[in-house]
Amino acid sequence: MNWSWHGRIEKNSILMLVLVLITVSIGGLVEIVPLYTIESTIERVEGVRPYSPLELAGRNIYIREGCYTCHSQQIRPFRDEIERYGHYSLAAESMYDHPFQWGSKRTGPDLARVGGKYSNDWHVAHLVEPKALVPESIMPPYPALLERNIGSNDMVGDLLANRAVGVPYTDEMIENAMADLRAQADPDGDHEALLARYPKAAVGDFDGQPGRVTEMDAMVAYLQILGRMVDFEKVQPADLVQ
Amino acid sequence: MPTKIEKDSVTGTETTGHEWDGIKELNNPLPKWWLYTFYATIVWSIIYFVLYPSVPLVTTYMRGALDWSSRVELTEKMTEAAGRQAVFLHGIRDSSLEEILADPQLLSFARTGGAAAFATNCASCHGAGGAGLSGGYPVLADDDWLWGGAAEDIYATLLHGIRWDESEDTRFSEMPAFGDGILEREQVAQVADYVLSLSGVEGGDPDSITAGETVYVENCAACHGDSGEGIMEGGAPRLNDQIWLYGGERDQVIAQIGRPKHGVMPAWLGRLDDNTIKMLTVYVHSLGGGQ
Repeated sequence: MNWSWHGRIEKNSILMLVLVLITVSIGGLVEIVPLYTIESTIERVEGVRPYSPLELAGRNIYIREGCYTCHSQQIRPFRDEIERYGHYSLAAESMYDHPFQWGSKRTGPDLARVGGKYSNDWHVAHLVEPKALVPESIMPPYPALLERNIGSNDMVGDLLANRAVGVPYTDEMIENAMADLRAQADPDGDHEALLARYPKAAVGDFDGQPGRVTEMDAMVAYLQILGRMVDFEKVQPADLVQ
Repeated sequence: MPTKIEKDSVTGTETTGHEWDGIKELNNPLPKWWLYTFYATIVWSIIYFVLYPSVPLVTTYMRGALDWSSRVELTEKMTEAAGRQAVFLHGIRDSSLEEILADPQLLSFARTGGAAAFATNCASCHGAGGAGLSGGYPVLADDDWLWGGAAEDIYATLLHGIRWDESEDTRFSEMPAFGDGILEREQVAQVADYVLSLSGVEGGDPDSITAGETVYVENCAACHGDSGEGIMEGGAPRLNDQIWLYGGERDQVIAQIGRPKHGVMPAWLGRLDDNTIKMLTVYVHSLGGGQ
């Protein structure tokens, strides 16, 4: 066989680069593109909704503080994980996460279904001083969350940015973003409209400071919705086979 | 470009014919074991492609000859594990709490299963072994109960939680904030002194205690009982003992009267299956204070 044509590629670095890029991108496209077109990639389950403005603010803090470096949010489909954490995570449950927080490092426990497992008070006390509640914990304390207000943070931009990448925030949700943010952390607020837009959202004065919306409020509101959107009693195992 | 293949005089190996600046390359072929392992992996990948999900198509993918799915396999494993435990789990399922408590074999199984579930789900609030934590997380290993220590009571608390809004049957009680315009600051201090005297704490100001008794009778006795014995059905804790949910120092009692904290426990119905909740009931009941 005459390989002389190959010599041209070896001697021309730009040509080589272009051909390498084409070859590698074929591999990538074959692996990635079908995930968008295969119908069973994201399970068809009901209940998954965009995060409320307060939850989204909490998620931002979760990312800022690097919680994902120690906590995963993905229960794998193994028996031991299900026994400990609950139903395995679905792709659908993180379809509005940009970026997702699956993670692969578990210095602390998985948090994919931590919502509703503890009371709000517990979360506040635990974030302020984890060792007070879990003596063997090595989690660092986050008392500063109680100090920092987020009531005036502009969440409209966050909602719009998420909408730009496909999260179905409606115009109504965006118009009411700041009102919803404050209502969710106000024990005496009007929660009807909020809960109509964001079902199952945890409402109330999370951090014991009813007059303020702090980062602690946002963090706890976020933690309390994790893993609770899908009602698994209504899901048949056949719905989840991908 | 191969030009001249020659035999290297030192090693006796042929060269590849390549030459760069006078440097030549010996043609040492790959070891046979390596080469055949490589071929074997190619054969294996073809077999794997046929048997397991592999090639993505447009809206679906090749499911493979085995029609294997990790989620289906998981369901089978869960069923199989449940089958192995069935001999006991069916006993738990089909027996009432009293029957479990009366049957040594079921009791032993339930306590073991309950202990595991407790460590995962309960210990972060109630402490390892139900030792409780300060700040409103009650001890479960003693015989002082806020909502009842009979097996049925513990079971109901586990199912529906305490002040858990989403559960209709949740246990609920709420003490008014007496510091918010109901009592004067002085009266709160007096009734705190009285309540402390009820539980045998000595050294309180006798005048304050006497004044506090009047305040107590008018404001507190309806829920907490005439002598501070508490009314469990209404969720009003006993006050005439030394067990304090939010601390027994005078300041702490005053704070709890002025602006009470109310503990919240999640409902476990729907989060844990009924067998597990029953086993937890039996475990908590057997920690020392079951009634």
